[in-house]
Amino acid sequence: MVAEQLRLIALEAPADFVFARSQMALSLGWHIVVACFGVAFPAMVLFAEWRGYRNFDADMARLARTWARAIGVLFAVGAVSGTILSFEMGMLWPGLMSRFGEIYGYPFTLEGFAFFLEAIFVGIYLFGWDRLSPRMHMLCAVPILLSGIAGAFFVVAANAWMNTPTGFRLVNGQVVGAQPVAAMFNPSTGAEVVHMLIGAVMVVGFSVASVYAVGMLRGRRDRYHRLGLLLPLTAAVIAAPVQIVVGDWIANVVAEHQPVKLAAMEGHFDTSRSVALSIGGIYIDNDLRYEISVPYGLSLLVDHDPDGEVIGLDSVPPQLRPPVNITHLSYNAMVGIGFGLAALAAWTGFVWWRRHDIPRTRWYLRAVAVSGIAAVAALEAGWVATEVGRQPWIVYRIQLTSEAVSTAPGLRYGFYAVLLVYTVLTGMTVYVLRRLTGRQPARAPQEAEPSVPPQPESAPR
Amino acid sequence: MTVADAVLAVMFAGLTAYALFAGADFGAGVWDLFAGGTRRGRQQRDLIEHSLAPVWEANHVWLIFVLVVLWTGFPPAFAAIASTLYIPLTLAALGMIARGSAFAFRKTVPSLSVQRFFGAAFAFSSFVTPYFLGAVVGGIASGRVPPGIAAGDVVTSWINPTSALGGVLAVGVCAYLATVLLCADAQRDVSSELADRFRARALVTAIVVGVIAAIGILVLRSDAPRLFDGLTHRGLPLMIVSALAGVASILLLFRRRYGWARITAAVAVTAVLWGWAAAQYPYIVPPSLTITEAAAGHTTQITMLVSLLIGSVLLLPALVLLYTLFQRSHHDQTTV
Ligand code: HDD
Ligand code: HEM
Ligand code: HEM
Repeated sequence: MVAEQLRLIALEAPADFVFARSQMALSLGWHIVVACFGVAFPAMVLFAEWRGYRNFDADMARLARTWARAIGVLFAVGAVSGTILSFEMGMLWPGLMSRFGEIYGYPFTLEGFAFFLEAIFVGIYLFGWDRLSPRMHMLCAVPILLSGIAGAFFVVAANAWMNTPTGFRLVNGQVVGAQPVAAMFNPSTGAEVVHMLIGAVMVVGFSVASVYAVGMLRGRRDRYHRLGLLLPLTAAVIAAPVQIVVGDWIANVVAEHQPVKLAAMEGHFDTSRSVALSIGGIYIDNDLRYEISVPYGLSLLVDHDPDGEVIGLDSVPPQLRPPVNITHLSYNAMVGIGFGLAALAAWTGFVWWRRHDIPRTRWYLRAVAVSGIAAVAALEAGWVATEVGRQPWIVYRIQLTSEAVSTAPGLRYGFYAVLLVYTVLTGMTVYVLRRLTGRQPARAPQEAEPSVPPQPESAPR
Repeated sequence: MTVADAVLAVMFAGLTAYALFAGADFGAGVWDLFAGGTRRGRQQRDLIEHSLAPVWEANHVWLIFVLVVLWTGFPPAFAAIASTLYIPLTLAALGMIARGSAFAFRKTVPSLSVQRFFGAAFAFSSFVTPYFLGAVVGGIASGRVPPGIAAGDVVTSWINPTSALGGVLAVGVCAYLATVLLCADAQRDVSSELADRFRARALVTAIVVGVIAAIGILVLRSDAPRLFDGLTHRGLPLMIVSALAGVASILLLFRRRYGWARITAAVAVTAVLWGWAAAQYPYIVPPSLTITEAAAGHTTQITMLVSLLIGSVLLLPALVLLYTLFQRSHHDQTTV
C-alpha cells in the first residue's frame, strides 16, 4: 500500500499544478467570505425587520432595509463566484470528479436545490419589500435562512468527505458500491459543519458591527448606529466562546482521523508521549524552533492525559507530509484570533452585565472596528490549515492531489485571468457596499426599477 | 429506459430551462448593448432591467443544477468535457461573473459614468458568454471531446466550424427569445410604440437566425457528419417541429400576438435541444462514451432520482410563486 503511494508520488505533477491549486484557493477563499453572509446575515436582517415592525421602531426598520440591500449585492456576487467554483471542480480536478464524482458530487446536487430555493426567495424578499404584507414578507425570509444553512451543510459535508472518505469500497482502484448518503455523513461532517456555521455567525456579526463601530468612532453616536453595532455584535459575542469549545471538538476529530494533519498543525515531528503544545515558531529540518511551548499541552488536548501519545510527522515518509509551516502558522493564527475574539466577547458581556451598556472607552470601539477583519482572517486561516494540512492528498489516503489535477496545457493563464477578474470584483464590491451605508441609499439589484412605468406617482412607497 | 436515462432526462430538462430562461436573460443584455446612446436608450434599458431584476439569479441557477447532476450522475463525462473544454468554460464563467456583478452594481451606483461602465460590461458579457457556451455544445456534439482527462485538443475542440455555428446560434437564439419576451412586457408596461420597436428587431433576428440555421445544415454535413446523420434521422421529427414552431412564432409576431409568440419560440428552442439529444443517443459524449458507460453506480443513480423528485416538489411551487408574484406586480404597477 505504502509502496504504491510512493510510486505515485514519484510521478511528476503536471507543470501547472501550482497554478491550479492557487486558482482553487483564490476562488474558494473569496467565495467563502461572501457565502458566510448568505448563511448568517439573513437571520439578523429578519430579526431587525421583525423588531422594527412589532415595536414601530424606525431605526430597526431602516437597519433591516439597509442590510437587506447589502444581502442583495452580496448574494449576486456570491452566486457568480459560486458558479465558477462549480466549473473549476471539473476544469482543475477532473481526476477527482471522474473517480469520485458519484460520491463527492452528491451533496452538491442537494446544495443545488438549496441555492435554488435561496435565490428564489431572495428575489421574492427583496422585490416584495413594499409589495407584500409585512407578515408575508417576513415569512418569505424563512426559506432563505433554512436554505442558507442547508447549503453550508452540504458543501462542508463534501469537504469533510475529502478529509475522511467513507461510503464506498475500492476494488483495484475502482470505486464500487458507492453509498452517497452514507458518505455525506462521514466522521468529519458533524464537527466541520458546526464549526463552519458558528464561524459564519462570527464573521458576519463582527464585520457588520465593525462598520458601525467605525461610524461611532467618527462621532455618529445616535441610536441607529448603536443598534447597528449591538444587534450583530450580540450574535457574535454569543458565538465566540462556543467556537472555542467546538474548536476543541474538531481538533479531536482531526487527531483521531487525520493524525498527520494534526501533527502538521502543531509542528510536531516525533511520535512520542507527554508532548508539549507549541505556539508559533518556524519548522526547519524536522524541528520546530523559536516556539512557545506549554508542557504536556498537546497530550492533554488530544488524549486528555498528560502522558498520552501523539502521532508525529515521522509516522509517514517525507513525501506524504504536508507543508508544515503554512499549516502550523495558519492554524495558530486561527486559534489566536479565536481567543482574542472570545476575550472581546467577555469584555462586552462583563460590562453589559454590570451596566447594561457597552464599554465607554474608545479602545473598545477600536477593538470592535478591527474584529470583523480579524474574524475573516480566522476563517481563511482555518481553511488554509484544513486544505494545506491534508496535502499531498486530495482525498485523504486515497487519491493524491497531483493525480487529480488536470493535465491540460496552459492552466496558468486561467489563473492569471481569474486573479485579474477577482481583483477588480473585490474593488467593485467594496465600493458598492460602502455606498449602501451612505446617506442616499442605493437600491439592491433584485429590487424593482421605480422609474419604469414613466408616471412617477406609481413609484412604490 | 434505464434509471441513468431518467436522471439524464431530468438534467436535460434543466438544460432546457436554462436555455429558455437564462437565454432570454442573456439576450436582454445583448439588446442593452444595442439600445443606443445613454439618453435615447434609457427607456429600453429601464424595461430590460425591470424585466430581469428579481428573476435573473433564479434563472441562472439552472446551470448549476445541470452541472451538479452531470458530475454526480455521469462523472467521467463531466471530467472529460470540463478538462478538454476548459478554455471556453473559463471564459464563460468569467463572463458570468462580469455580467452578474455588473448588473447588480449598476443599480447601486449614482454616477452616470460609473453606471455606463457597468452597463457596458453587462452588455458585452451578455454577448460573449452565450457564444462560449454554444461553442462548448458544438465541441461536444461534433465529437471533439474524447473520454479521459484533457484527452482532447484544448484549442480545436472549441475553435471549429460546428462550435462557431453553436456559438453564433446561441447568441442569436438568446437575442430572439429576449425580443419576444420584451415585446410583451413593453406592450403591457410601457407603450405599443416601444413594443413595435422590439417587434421589428425580433423579426429581423428571426430571419437572421433562420439563415444561420440553414447555413448550419451545410456546416454540420461537412464538419460533423455523425451529428448531421442523427439530426436527419432520429432527430428529424423534432427538427421539423422546431422549424414549424419557429415559423409560427414569426407569423404571430407579425400579427402582434406576443403571448403566443413567446410560447412558440420556446417550443422551437426546446425542440432543437431535444433533437440534439435524440441525435446522439445513446452517447453522452460522442463518439465513444455512452450513457451506460458514464453512469455512476446503481445506488447513486437511484439516490439521485429520488433526490431530484423530492427537490422538484420543493422547487417548482417556489418558482411558480416567484414568477406569479413578479408578473402580478407588473399589472399592479400599470394600474395604480
Ligand atoms: C471565525 C472563524 C473561526 C474561529 C474563530 C476558529 N475557527 Fe477553526 N476553523 C474555521 C473557522 C474558525 C473554519 C474556516 O471554518 C474551518 C476550516 C474547515 C472547517 O470546517 O472550519 C476551521 C477549521 C479548524 C480545524 C481543522 C478541521 C479539519 O481539518 O477538518 C481545527 C482543528 C480548528 N478549526 C480548531 C479551532 C480552534 C481550537 C479554535 C479556537 C479558538 C478555532 N478553530 C477558532
Ligand atoms: C471555502 C474556504 C476554502 C478555502 C479558503 C480553501 C482553500 C484551499 C487551498 C489553500 C487549497 C490549496 C491546497 C494546497 O495547494 O496545498 C485548496 C485546495 C482545494 N480545496 Fe479547498 N478551501 C476551501 C473550502 C473548500 C471546500 C468547501 C471544498 C470542497 C467541498 C474544497 C475543495 C478543494 C479542492 C478540490 C482543492 C484542490 C486539491 C487540493 O489542493 O487539496 N475546498 N483549497
Ligand atoms: C467547492 C466548493 C463550493 C462550490 C462548488 C460552491 C458553489 C456555489 C454556487 C454554484 C453558488 C451559487 C448559487 C446561486 O446561484 O444562488 C454558491 C453560492 C453560495 N455558496 Fe457556495 N460553493 C462552494 C463552497 C461554499 C462553502 C464552503 C459555503 C459555506 C459554508 C458556501 C455557501 C454558499 C452560500 C450560502 C451561497 C448562496 C449565495 C450567497 O449567499 O452568497 N459555498 N456556491
